[in-house]
Amino acid sequence: MNIVVCIKQVPGTTNAEMDPETGVLKRDNIPAKLNPYDLFALEAAFRIREQAGGRVAAITMGPPAAEAALLEAVYMGADEGVLLTDRRFAGADVMATSYTLSQGIRALGAFDLVLCGKQTTDGDTAQVGPEIAEFLGLPHCANVVELPIVELQGAELPGAELQGAAFASSVIVKTAMETVVQTQRIQLPCLLGMDRDIFTPRLPSYLRKKRMTGALVRTLTLDDLEDQDPERYGLSGSPTQVERIYPPESDAEQHVVGGTAEELSAELLQVLDRFRLV
Amino acid sequence: MNRLTKKDIAVLKGLVPEGCLYTGKQISEDYAHDELSAGSYKPQALIKAEDEKQISAVMKYANTRRFPVVARGAGTGLVGGAVALYGGIMIDLSGMDRILELDSENLTVTVQPGVLLMDLQKYADDRELMYPPDPGEKAATVGGNISTNAGGMRAVKYGVTRDYVMGLTVVLPDGEIVEMGGKVAKNSSGYSLMDLFIGSEGTLGIITSAVLRLIPKPASSVSLLIPFPGMETALSLIPRIILSKTDPTAVEYMERDIILMAEAYLGKKFPDSASGCYLLLTFDGQSVAEVETRYEAVADLCLANGATDAWIVDTDERHTSVWGARGAFLEAIKASTPGIDECDVVLPRNKVCDFILYTHELAEELQVRIPYFGHAGDGNLHVYVCRDRMDKERWDEVLAEAFGRMYKKAAEFGGQVSGEHGIGFAKREYLHALLGEAQMRLMRGIKKAFDPNGILNPGKIV
Repeated sequence: MNIVVCIKQVPGTTNAEMDPETGVLKRDNIPAKLNPYDLFALEAAFRIREQAGGRVAAITMGPPAAEAALLEAVYMGADEGVLLTDRRFAGADVMATSYTLSQGIRALGAFDLVLCGKQTTDGDTAQVGPEIAEFLGLPHCANVVELPIVELQGAELPGAELQGAAFASSVIVKTAMETVVQTQRIQLPCLLGMDRDIFTPRLPSYLRKKRMTGALVRTLTLDDLEDQDPERYGLSGSPTQVERIYPPESDAEQHVVGGTAEELSAELLQVLDRFRLV
Repeated sequence: MNRLTKKDIAVLKGLVPEGCLYTGKQISEDYAHDELSAGSYKPQALIKAEDEKQISAVMKYANTRRFPVVARGAGTGLVGGAVALYGGIMIDLSGMDRILELDSENLTVTVQPGVLLMDLQKYADDRELMYPPDPGEKAATVGGNISTNAGGMRAVKYGVTRDYVMGLTVVLPDGEIVEMGGKVAKNSSGYSLMDLFIGSEGTLGIITSAVLRLIPKPASSVSLLIPFPGMETALSLIPRIILSKTDPTAVEYMERDIILMAEAYLGKKFPDSASGCYLLLTFDGQSVAEVETRYEAVADLCLANGATDAWIVDTDERHTSVWGARGAFLEAIKASTPGIDECDVVLPRNKVCDFILYTHELAEELQVRIPYFGHAGDGNLHVYVCRDRMDKERWDEVLAEAFGRMYKKAAEFGGQVSGEHGIGFAKREYLHALLGEAQMRLMRGIKKAFDPNGILNPGKIV
């Protein structure tokens, strides 16, 4: 079972500042970390590998410094990291990012499963995963809320040839829709977007950090990809432009109520009633 | 000690603004106990104080009429320190919760006693500063922390509450308002009365404001969760870790049993529970590289001496998953049994392992469950005797036997009754047994000098 996990390095602080002129997130001189949502995709990958065997590769697109996020994935348990880095990838919107990642995944060879976190904490679009799947022609499913159950059915079954899959099989996943949880069986290879807080991701291991030496991260540039048309990548390949980024307005209201237990319960009932919560 | 009459209540009403005085059924049952939950002791009058002048007036009257007066913060104590054993007046200071001044040149913050620890920590953090004392109960008040000399997770490097109190304003039993210490970094000016107040659990006076020392906030902080196959291996390394020049802020010890209890309580998995026991350490510093050098040295030391790995806890999410569970240990134990009592014993660091082994023997002999965890880096253990299915008679018997023997063993090892929770009324007999008559006589003398009529928090400590 070859699993590719798409990850991203994001600002390590919740107090990231915006450039007031450009509306772009200031990424310089602030600590970076692995996107918290991606930790669940990585953990799912490691658990699937424990059941079904195989390899886990973590892939990201970013500047050379994004190597740190890949190393972190390796210290958590990934077998290797793949860094898509090239000046020609810079300025990519959701579509160009997804296309670049899909090309990077193709360049890795045979795979069975692509896992993504639900979204990132900086971009928040939750669109990159599904778009990668569309570019790869894969069935896909977002908001997966449980560890997928892998059904290995043998290499001779139909589908083995699809997308260069190592062998044909399927996964059973539970996905959270608006009002229901849907259980689906999906043919591999496929892409799954893992929801957060569905389990506790393991921590990076210092022992792995110490013992794993050599080239843990492979770097790919545009020259390594199948589609070498620069117009499909970076700013040139981006049909959308971000006009402005701003923090969401908080509409959380706080009510502080004082008094005796009797007064408090009467007040609480009134508040719940006013907001139609009872 | 006198009881309040209707006339006294009427006089007290005149001393405080309307709505600040409560009596009888108006006083919530919450005020009858703290987190120790042993017995129910309601005060006759509860005053929600708004300023020190009101407190002064009330104290003056109480001193004349010889009423017990008990100061109370958030009521999160674990030894019955803030309960009115003999009725009288309870002064609730939780409403005096303003941060009065930040002096960024002298790096001090002046606070009222009702400021919550979590609010003070956030206030400092938002300004790139740090208030280092870090007791587990973040909803405790600063006044309560000072009154118990609370310690917490960062004591290994930064010390305890006492090390951050620079000045106190207190109301004495006769109503006089006295300022002690101040914004001075050192002080050799006679007896340190301020230091007597720290840890005095409201028996000498009532703290109405405190000048606290802050430090610049470390830029980087990383924890290591280090799994070990056995307790002896883990704990025998503590003195070497302390000697390793890596300056950890926290060195905590925990075992699998308690992690599983926390998982069940929180409904959330700990990142690793496969090993028998763990050390949890934190390192901080002004750069990532500095912190990395420190934690790598300790990780190498542990790996060379029996640790099976060293998990890196380096982001907010990871910190929450590990330290969130660590912070829930007490509640998890409470949730596992109908009743507990806690032994907050502190030992010389190299005796922690021997003491834990002794609790194993005791648990076996008395057929009682005794879970524990602790601040291994400063020798402060939290040991809990659990009631489980025992009836009242058996429970009282087991508690007396277990606590008597644990404190006796602690004394043999050169330990003390309380590392950070204080004495209250629950640990008083053990304090007297451990310190002996000469020391208790001196303590009683101090109490008498401040509170000749013995009106302040009677039945506690001395």
